[in-house]
Amino acid sequence: MRNKEVVRLLFELSRPGRRAVRWPACDVPECEPPPPEAVREEPLPLPELSELDVVRHYTSLATFNLAVDTHFYPLGSCTMKYNPKRNEKLANLPGLTDLHPYQPQASVQGMLRLLYELQQFLAEISGLPAVSLQPAAGAHGELTALLIAAAYFRKLGEPRCKVLIPDSAHGTNPASAKMAGFEPVEVRSNPQGRIDLEDLAVKLDDKVAVLMITNPNTLGLFETHIVDITRKVHECGGLIYLDGANMNAVLGYVRPGDCGVDMMHFNPHKTFSSPHGGGGPGAGPICVAEKLAPYLPVPVIGRRGEEYFLDDQRPDSIGRVRSFFGNVAVLVRAWCYLRTLGPDGLRGVAEHAVLNANYLLTKLKPILDVPYGERCMHEFVVSAARVKRERGISALDIAKRLIDYGFHPPTVYFPLTVKEALMIEPTETESRETLDAFAQALVKIVAEDSQVLQQAPTTTPVRRPDEVTAARHPVLKWTP
Amino acid sequence: MSYLANTPEDVACMLRAVGVSELAALFADIPKEILCTTWLDLPPALSELELTDRLSQLAGDNVSVGQKICFLGGGSYDHFIPAVVELLASRSEFLTSYTPYQPEASQGNLQAMFEYQTLICQLTGLDVSNASLYDGGSATAEAVLMALSVLPARKKVVVSQTVHPEYRQILATYLANQEVEILTLPAENGATSLQKLEEVSDDQVACVVIQHPNFFGVLEDVAAAAQIAHREGALLIEVFDPISLGMLKGPAELGADIAVAEGQALGIPLGFGGPYLGILACREPFLRRLPGRLVGQTQDRDGRRCFVLTLQTREQHIRRANATSNVCTNHALLALRASIYLALLGPQGLAEVARLCWNKAHYAAQRITADGRLKLAFDRPFFKEFAVRDGQGQVKSLLAHAEREGFFAGLPLGRWYPELDDCFSVAVTERRSREQIDALADCLSHA
Repeated sequence: MRNKEVVRLLFELSRPGRRAVRWPACDVPECEPPPPEAVREEPLPLPELSELDVVRHYTSLATFNLAVDTHFYPLGSCTMKYNPKRNEKLANLPGLTDLHPYQPQASVQGMLRLLYELQQFLAEISGLPAVSLQPAAGAHGELTALLIAAAYFRKLGEPRCKVLIPDSAHGTNPASAKMAGFEPVEVRSNPQGRIDLEDLAVKLDDKVAVLMITNPNTLGLFETHIVDITRKVHECGGLIYLDGANMNAVLGYVRPGDCGVDMMHFNPHKTFSSPHGGGGPGAGPICVAEKLAPYLPVPVIGRRGEEYFLDDQRPDSIGRVRSFFGNVAVLVRAWCYLRTLGPDGLRGVAEHAVLNANYLLTKLKPILDVPYGERCMHEFVVSAARVKRERGISALDIAKRLIDYGFHPPTVYFPLTVKEALMIEPTETESRETLDAFAQALVKIVAEDSQVLQQAPTTTPVRRPDEVTAARHPVLKWTP
Repeated sequence: MSYLANTPEDVACMLRAVGVSELAALFADIPKEILCTTWLDLPPALSELELTDRLSQLAGDNVSVGQKICFLGGGSYDHFIPAVVELLASRSEFLTSYTPYQPEASQGNLQAMFEYQTLICQLTGLDVSNASLYDGGSATAEAVLMALSVLPARKKVVVSQTVHPEYRQILATYLANQEVEILTLPAENGATSLQKLEEVSDDQVACVVIQHPNFFGVLEDVAAAAQIAHREGALLIEVFDPISLGMLKGPAELGADIAVAEGQALGIPLGFGGPYLGILACREPFLRRLPGRLVGQTQDRDGRRCFVLTLQTREQHIRRANATSNVCTNHALLALRASIYLALLGPQGLAEVARLCWNKAHYAAQRITADGRLKLAFDRPFFKEFAVRDGQGQVKSLLAHAEREGFFAGLPLGRWYPELDDCFSVAVTERRSREQIDALADCLSHA
């Protein structure tokens, strides 16, 4: 049963002398303590709790979350699909979890083989032959690829300083470009919600290192001019990066490499079903064209006959981007997912993701405006701008009220190119009944009185936190 | 396997509603020339039973630390994980939720993150902690980027050679396309040369990075390094070991401005290196330059205490190119594990585990060096890890021998430090019994 009481903080439950863990008695002689100047004088001010305190505390907290396992979670751009339970169980086999990253390579051949196979799967799905499993998240993959681009142009002896990014792109794109030492330049969208080719032509010159493109884009639209765009960028000597956050829509239908894309990342926590963990861990493996392979971060998993090995002898490599070998447990789940779906299963994912999105779009069109597109790919963006103007109902009100109806809200106020945006991604694992129920809820909500909506949510443990005060007077930790 | 829900009847009905005749018609926007004309070349789908067999076989091709006794360290340690950590952190509501953008639907995650931030502040003594980063290595690079943005006119970064070599490699990668110079401080007898730090310190240095205990396990004089750094107005970044703080002085007390750590020791499995946990905390004045998510306390409409993501104007989804970092997905689930671990241990449990590591590591050092072939490489205090030098210079064959006898005995240091080609490091956690340590010592002395 869901706990409605506000849960006290760990620190408020603490009682001096209470404890949960007991260690074995020390079985070696006590040795001389560290030099006094190095030793802590005061005990750490950590909370003191019993085991039941801790168990009850976190179990209560868990009931305060909506999750894929409890609710429909159509958070646009996040691909909140079902996370298969068998993959959880299998990724926790001791022969996979109890491996030290510096064990001799001969003792981890099973793991290296799995990772090598995953590299091959990703190369095939992307149409790009060279793969690094190192990056820890999508944004980390973007950064890695942009550093590869920088190294590539340095090696060519023509350093380039600009990265072109459409205005509908994820915020990570410009942030990664900046972090990699580039100057991000925004490219406008046209009235159809796609990259404005004229604006692109104006901004494209020989200072452009990379165009970052999201396809399908964050409006859920396929960039129909992709081949034309990649050709123009290549004519200027630039590279194309694909933000793979939306790959769920085109698995088995389009391989980015076949469209002229030079580098891309996958989000295994989106596309390949590993759980999102309340904000991570994800992973951000990247795939690149042959000419960029020498620059991949080390190590890459290599193969010599029947032996798998960590290849770190790559003189042109950009170096390391993460300690050890990346988010291995996430990658193991991705491997499981791909092995259980096969080529036809993957294509089915794309088909049903796109079917579910289009079905929901059709249901919602009579209720809310859809500024871009008659159809969509895996997700779509509706706008509450009209109902806000006419009836005082904002995207935020709708989002909050959806919680009362038993749904996690969509992504709101993104992309920035749509006013009062609600970005909806149902994913392929949801059923028609769920989509019908969600659409039904939205029909009811939009018909509700704005004052009712502004009171929403009414069924949650807390309602409309004061975010302004939180930012103005930050309280970022508990104090006695 | 298939995780699709719609039946053929559903599909037919849905296609009708959408107004197309077949699934392929939904992809009509895609130019024909780029549509795949063949199936992807991937292995055919396996059933759950087949998958279980295949993966068990691959797992069986590995030798786990349950099969060989593990004395490997170097930033990843075989610490014991209480059962409660795994069981609570694998609850569906933590596992299958995402970034808490909607606070009403995510108070569980938000409160857990707020508690994590508090626990890290309690551990380090610093004022603020973010809600997690990827790992110790990228957290170190983020800390340096943070220092460079706090002191934008300064273009030098000083890093000790005793900082984890992979962390230094990551830092070099991150800074490769920036006009920043990295100066590496040499090690003397296994610890950072403070004299060299004095020499290179000037008003161009943005930060000094010191690891304590360092990559060799040796205790560094962080306080002295901080004094030198501060004299020229640079920031001191300390890379710490969370377990050591049960016994040793924390980063704030030693004068660190920013502290980062690999959080794996706090209830996270070895997992062949990931996912792990990047810890990053700092002093209050640098709050607005912090990378990553932050959770703050506030009140809801009815005056109830609650928690929200805050200061988001630092972040990429609001500030885009001007964000403090590109981090979006972080390592929330690992931060949750670390919080549960710390809540279970409390101050006494952490002090005890630190003392167990200390005593066992020192016992092991004494036993391993007793017969004279192996000697401690450095004459300095160490915590749970120490470097030994093989008088016969046969590190590779010695470790191979130990492996045959059932031990992952140590980490050869020549891979990163050519001058230490005859050395390896040995890490000893609370999990290692006296019997295991004695057996290792016997094995090494009979090689």
